[in-house]
Amino acid sequence: MNAVQPFEGIGASVRRKEDFRFLQGRGMYTDDINRPGQTHAFILRSPHAHATIQGIDTAAAKAMPGVLAVFTSADMTAIGGIPCGWQIHNKDGTPMAEPKHPVLAEGKVRHVGDPVAVVVAETRAQARDAAEAIVVDYAPLQGVSSTEAAIAPGAPAVHDGVAGNLCYDWHIGDKATTDAAFAKAAKVVKFSTTNNRLVPNAMEPRAAIGEFDAMSGDYTLYTTSQNPHVIRLLMGAFVLSIPESKLRVVAPDVGGGFGSKIYHYAEEAIVTWASAKVKRPIKWTADRTESFMSDAHGRDHVSTAELALDTDGKILGLKVHTLANMGAYLSTFAPCVPTYLYATLLSGVYATPVIYAEVKAVFTNTVPVDAYRGAGRPEATYLLERLMDVAAREIGMDRVEFRKKNFIPTAAFPYQTPVALQYDSGDYFSTLAGALETSGWATFEERRSEAKARGKLRGIGISTYVEACGIAPSAVVGSLGARAGLYEVGTIRVHPTGSVTVLTGTHSHGQGHETTLAQLVADKLGVPMANIDIVHGDTAKVPFGMGTYGSRSLAVGGSAMDKAMDKIIAKGKRIAAHLMEASVDDVEFERGTFRVAGTDKTKSLTDISLAAYVPHNYPIDEIEPGLDETAFYDPKNFTYPGGCHICEVEIDPDTGKVSVMGFTAVDDVGRVINPMIVEGQVQGGVAQGIGQALLEAAIYDADGQLISGSMMDYTMPRADDLAPVSVATHTTLCTHNPLGVKGCGEVGAIGSPPAVMNAVVDALRDFGVNHVEMPATPAKIWNIINGHRMAAE
Amino acid sequence: MYDFEYHKPSSVADAVKILAADPDARAISGGMTLLPALKLRLNKPTSVVDLSGIADLRGVKREGGKLVVGALTRHYEVATSAEVKASIPALAAMAASIGDTQVRNRGTMGGSVANNDPSADYPAALLALGATIQTDRRTISADDFFQGMFATALEAGELVTAIHIPVPEKAGYAKMKNPASRYSMAGVFVAKGPAGVRVAVNGAGNNGVFREAAMEAALSANWSADAVAGIKVDPSGMNGDIHGSAEYRAHLVTVMAKRAVVDAG
Ligand SMILES: Cc1cc2nc3c(=O)[nH]c(=O)nc-3n(C[C@H](O)[C@H](O)[C@H](O)COP(=O)(O)OP(=O)(O)OC[C@H]3O[C@@H](n4cnc5c(N)ncnc54)[C@H](O)[C@@H]3O)c2cc1C
Repeated sequence: MNAVQPFEGIGASVRRKEDFRFLQGRGMYTDDINRPGQTHAFILRSPHAHATIQGIDTAAAKAMPGVLAVFTSADMTAIGGIPCGWQIHNKDGTPMAEPKHPVLAEGKVRHVGDPVAVVVAETRAQARDAAEAIVVDYAPLQGVSSTEAAIAPGAPAVHDGVAGNLCYDWHIGDKATTDAAFAKAAKVVKFSTTNNRLVPNAMEPRAAIGEFDAMSGDYTLYTTSQNPHVIRLLMGAFVLSIPESKLRVVAPDVGGGFGSKIYHYAEEAIVTWASAKVKRPIKWTADRTESFMSDAHGRDHVSTAELALDTDGKILGLKVHTLANMGAYLSTFAPCVPTYLYATLLSGVYATPVIYAEVKAVFTNTVPVDAYRGAGRPEATYLLERLMDVAAREIGMDRVEFRKKNFIPTAAFPYQTPVALQYDSGDYFSTLAGALETSGWATFEERRSEAKARGKLRGIGISTYVEACGIAPSAVVGSLGARAGLYEVGTIRVHPTGSVTVLTGTHSHGQGHETTLAQLVADKLGVPMANIDIVHGDTAKVPFGMGTYGSRSLAVGGSAMDKAMDKIIAKGKRIAAHLMEASVDDVEFERGTFRVAGTDKTKSLTDISLAAYVPHNYPIDEIEPGLDETAFYDPKNFTYPGGCHICEVEIDPDTGKVSVMGFTAVDDVGRVINPMIVEGQVQGGVAQGIGQALLEAAIYDADGQLISGSMMDYTMPRADDLAPVSVATHTTLCTHNPLGVKGCGEVGAIGSPPAVMNAVVDALRDFGVNHVEMPATPAKIWNIINGHRMAAE
Repeated sequence: MYDFEYHKPSSVADAVKILAADPDARAISGGMTLLPALKLRLNKPTSVVDLSGIADLRGVKREGGKLVVGALTRHYEVATSAEVKASIPALAAMAASIGDTQVRNRGTMGGSVANNDPSADYPAALLALGATIQTDRRTISADDFFQGMFATALEAGELVTAIHIPVPEKAGYAKMKNPASRYSMAGVFVAKGPAGVRVAVNGAGNNGVFREAAMEAALSANWSADAVAGIKVDPSGMNGDIHGSAEYRAHLVTVMAKRAVVDAG
């Protein structure tokens, strides 16, 4: 290895390799791909939230210029519904209600944007023109959009046969012991809140190209996906009945996902299936309006929590009741979000002895809701961390002291919570101390007074959180209802002259895997970054992997790579032993060099790879040629990043506008591979968290019309809505994966919303306000201030 | 977008001729409003008449006590024009606050005025400054020109060619932006000029830009933020939506009026 080469291994802030193409507009996204003979699809969508379809007349559309075909569900009778990947069981052990999710509406539409028909034409404009000529005879029905309205008696039925629109009624924890704890409590604090519904809004809208090769019978789907193998499995096996060997799914550069590109969507099946009908490739690309009404939304919980405390402010128990909106159909992972990704986190960072949580999931006439950055953990963290502030105030205890008093002691790890999870490691006191220090918590009152002199209301808020990611142990999630394994795969292909290609089953859609994952190889095998390439996103190239979500790529995918590298090293040692005429037990390996222990006899990785592929002097009877190893890694547990977020805000009482003045994040994400990328991930997550807290809300009217259906009404965070985010890490290693990593992709979005809202409530402390619902828009804050003034007058 | 014919005339007369011959033809200036509408298929013009080839519609001149702004003058040009900055700094600052860089580099004063979006910035400035809108066939005072939401005195096929703006003694502007669209949800432009003290409000009213008589009277008597601070605007004339109630907007009008007076100095 070149001695002057800068260190590129674990811990180095290597610049993102992929940014060279992204920053120059040279990325290759699905919509950039054009196949020979390509046609275009336009999806006709329901303008109604709820209606029966009494007839569809496509005759005029079929006669329009450039039109190759028009399809409705009547043409797709041989096709299955879109499957759900997770089955939850009710309290009584019966399975959840799982109504069919047709690819194109069958007799009824259930949300605005529900696909009704597809036109395939020579151009996108022709397809759209023809779609306008389709006559759909709708008989509108009363719709329902909120969870509370949907389970109220007499609510319109979203699905025939699903009584009370109830998807499931689930619980976790021990009711009897929790009730007993409450009976002994000196104080019970009750708190209710809504976790606002969000539209993911990845920068790149969804797109898909289906292509059928009549000669080979092979299908190819190019799609904006976080997990091409999952799409191949779900679509091939459940929807279109195409054997995996005949179906290739490619997810090229993907411009952000945040969860919304995990799921199998109707459009993917439509273009794949229809490409065989019209015998031409078919492209579909969403416009932003379609994204709003067809990408799975996030959050949308209504919860009540009760906290039982003893006289010292020690938590005795927690009860939670949550209503979760599933939307009109079950999206791929929807049922697990408000259950195993949510209620299992309700212990948070606290040594809560007993917890009982009930969750009802409800169908409504809205876009399906599924995992969105954080998925369940932001909802749990928000509920808990707002509750902690409300409780501290009610019992008159300092909110930091109250938290510390109830923290899980650092010596108590591994820590078993009463809601299934076992946290392997953590140190909540240190992340708290770091954040208090950096944020200047102790001197806040000075800044508050100074702001007051300027006529502004300043507040500070804190959130201490833990989350569970690195999903997930297959057997565990299988027992909880997952219909898939959640291991990961990595192949390390050392080429004859020592460069390396990595095949990973994870997928990068902005996270920087091409850099971070390469650093693992640079660190362990001593290969320069320039000679390492990461290949992902193509089922024809990569072994079966599960993709990227739940901050799993490094913890699970990176661990698979690490195991594959162990195999490379083990084989390399045997080859080296042969070449250096030593015993294999005497061969050591470190960063690219095999050495006979205690001697200066060495062989480089390149010497070994060359020998492996040109096996002239080679123990061919004992060892196969080649240096190409694959490992599958199934994690033993989730990983548990945690930390402390502190936010400072100022409110302009004249307008109600909340400005973020500062944000401090001190997170424990386990071992840090690339500090710069971690910082970027946390900042991005915090931006989304601030978006949820102050700006974003998917608003439906009572009947199910999406009112915030465009950027004109849905407030995405802009740079000037944010403040500089100070990011630091404090590491405790994950104890059960070989890298010691925990994951950093979602922590920002999980920890931040309650920090912001606790700051907002703190800023309003003189107004007797003890809660503000998200998002804290100017109008909402002004209403509170004005209401208080009116009451005072 | 639906198919349409595209024309690029080089004179106002030619443009007017095409528009007169076809009632479904539409003029396009910066396209920042019309293009999104076309893309969303909200509009189906038979032809689009691109005014950008008409050179004499562009630019800012000072003519005695007036600024004359060509209809095709872009927001960026208004924001950075030395003439505007010297004569009516509040107008330059307003232009700099419209939309984003791309919008300011394309959008025009003529297009904005002709469109008369209730949340657009310029209509409030022109109303408060007592501007005159010059068209291919006549001049119209701002008071007569702006007639409610998206409604103007323009006849079919009539083109705005220039805007004449009397230079005021002082003027100021303040707005509360809609958090999502960043258009004004309550903006107030105050001016003390040849036509007296005038106060115009955008974004908030339920029938487009309007003048606020009580504030004009108060400021005429006493040009200070305090003079308007106590004036309560009637919510019944205000717009209410998911971003704010009519009461909130009524309140904002007073707040923004105070800030506009401070801005004017
Ligand atoms: C993202 C975004 C943000 C924006 N934010 C703001 C904002 O904060 N404040 C604000 O005020 N505006 C805002 N706008 C609107 C912008 O200022 C537009 O440029 C302006 O409203 C219209 O000007 P234009 O030249 O683009 O007109 P065009 O889009 O070309 O035309 C608009 C309409 O006026 C007609 N028209 C155009 N020129 C003439 C003429 N000379 N005579 C007669 N009729 C004519 C057209 O036929 C059309 O009906 C925003 C726009 C966008 C896309």
